[in-house]
Amino acid sequence: MADVEFNGKKFVMDEDGFIDSFENWCPEWVQYVKGLEGIEELSEEHWKVINVLQDYYKKNGIAPMVRVLSKVTGFKLKHIYELFPSGPGKGACKMAGLPKPTGCV
Amino acid sequence: MADEVPKTSEMVKIDHAPPSTGWMDTPVVIRKGIYSYPAKKPTLDYLSMPFGREWSPLDADWKLPPNWLDILLEGMRERIDRFRSFRLFMDICVRCGACADKCHYFIGTGDPKNMPVLRAELLRSVYRKEFTLAGKLMGKMVGARQMTAEVLKEWWYYFFQCSECRRCSVFCPYGIDTAEITIIGRELLNLLGLNIDWIAQPAANCFRTGNHLGIQPHAFKDMLDFFVDDTENITGVRVNPTYNRKGAEILFVTPSGDVFADPGTYTAMGYLILFHYLESLGFDVTWSTYASEGGNFGFFTSHEMMKRLNAKMYAEAKRLKVKWILGGECGHMWRVIHQYMDTMNGPADHLETPVSPITGTRFTNAATTKMVHITEFTADLIRNGKLKLDKSRNDNLNVTFHDSCNPARGMGLLDEPRYVIQNVCNTFHEMPESTIREQTFCCGSGSGLNAGENLELRFRGGMPRANAVKHVHEKHGVNMLACVCAIDRAVLPPLMDYWVPGVGVTGVHELVGNALILPGEKKRTTDLRGEDLPGVEEED
Repeated sequence: MADVEFNGKKFVMDEDGFIDSFENWCPEWVQYVKGLEGIEELSEEHWKVINVLQDYYKKNGIAPMVRVLSKVTGFKLKHIYELFPSGPGKGACKMAGLPKPTGCV
Repeated sequence: MADEVPKTSEMVKIDHAPPSTGWMDTPVVIRKGIYSYPAKKPTLDYLSMPFGREWSPLDADWKLPPNWLDILLEGMRERIDRFRSFRLFMDICVRCGACADKCHYFIGTGDPKNMPVLRAELLRSVYRKEFTLAGKLMGKMVGARQMTAEVLKEWWYYFFQCSECRRCSVFCPYGIDTAEITIIGRELLNLLGLNIDWIAQPAANCFRTGNHLGIQPHAFKDMLDFFVDDTENITGVRVNPTYNRKGAEILFVTPSGDVFADPGTYTAMGYLILFHYLESLGFDVTWSTYASEGGNFGFFTSHEMMKRLNAKMYAEAKRLKVKWILGGECGHMWRVIHQYMDTMNGPADHLETPVSPITGTRFTNAATTKMVHITEFTADLIRNGKLKLDKSRNDNLNVTFHDSCNPARGMGLLDEPRYVIQNVCNTFHEMPESTIREQTFCCGSGSGLNAGENLELRFRGGMPRANAVKHVHEKHGVNMLACVCAIDRAVLPPLMDYWVPGVGVTGVHELVGNALILPGEKKRTTDLRGEDLPGVEEED
């Protein structure tokens, strides 16, 4: 676990830079991860993905499968990679404050 | 992390020459990209496993409990008494080396401590010192050594560089099951809180929600509903799975990866299509949101944890009063079922010897476990002419089959998947003989080593498998690698992208779902992945 301070907020992260708990997520976290991800400006499309991920997580306690994310946002997987270079898991889920999925995945 | 994986041109420079120092005098160097992150305290607490703490494999101090050596040696003593196999495997190895070059991790890393014989020797040397007279008296001369914190680090590093695939055991003249040694090694490490998180977290999730991914019942249904909609879009037929239905004849259990992660999700659609097809023929099956996991990451932790997780599916079968269990395309689940379940949680006398309601075939091979592998079940349907199939719908695929280690070596499932594939696909080519069936090469990520941070190890360990795929890719134009394991479906796509770009990965029942002609279906224009069927573009 590593601590980081950004724009007056303190965050605790795991080894891969995921936030320790969804409860501790706040918009500043997105700004912090944005820099690491090499995203210059957050567009409405970025926020659409983040919002869909968070809504699904609040309802289901898990990230949506990629196919669901793609269907609900209307973005093809390729476009999600364009938005989040590290992909839907390591990029988008990390920004949205969701934990990494584990198991046979 | 993935971005630190060396390029293939760097990766193939493997030095198999051992260092000039003897193995006992060569210190362990723990390297990023090879190890997986340690298990976290809340996870171990949740599993009632001891000594959860924050520690790093790269630190000198692993924060071991002060009496760690006593705990460890007592743990060894208990297991020597309890498992005859353990004592036997410690005693009988003559270090002939037949196993040495059979391990995919040794082939891919060149690290001598990944020779199965030497990996086992890491533990065996301590066994000799503490539990044999010769070792106590003559020490190093007879291959005995003192247990130290450095040795413990070596154990941790290398017992999590064995995927318990058992390829080496096929070549051992004594039949030493090296996976059993790794299992004991990991069990001992767990006494000191030294698990990896990629194993501990799924095991904890499995207790909490019934599956490794932590999918709750309503989410599980939500995911299957998504497949139902998608299946309808593609076939025009609405399938209707049921959940936790008491009185159903058959309980279906599959890895949770199949309902969450691509390309396993297409295999899940294949199951749904097959089940729907069979419904009118008298097939009566239910899914469970409680026994919603075929896999068993407890198996990678300890015998107790394996037993606790395995018990779940039988408890659910009993609660729902089903007659028998149909198991999906899972890997290690089948070794647990076939080789441990019966004496661990069985016999499952509340269930019946499985009989196919459609063909009347009695699966006497599953008379004690009461659990049938879905490729056996489907192969029997095909053999009896019960399925209407259009092979041409898989004509864009040139398929080969990767025998998943545990179904192949752990239960002898070799011919059924091939029989099914060849009845639903027109083009099929085998990889070289020494890389398939009993001699199959591991995906490189089995036994809970399918994390993200150890990707270099995975790609190194997966190299022999990828190499065989490359052979048929170049020789026959193979573009699809079929398998019957959810870890395979998760890890082979990045492995192929790394070593053999242009080869995809599929479950066997995705291929079945493509070929199976549902009564009342519309003219299909795409396969289950939504990609145009062969010939469709020309028609347009």
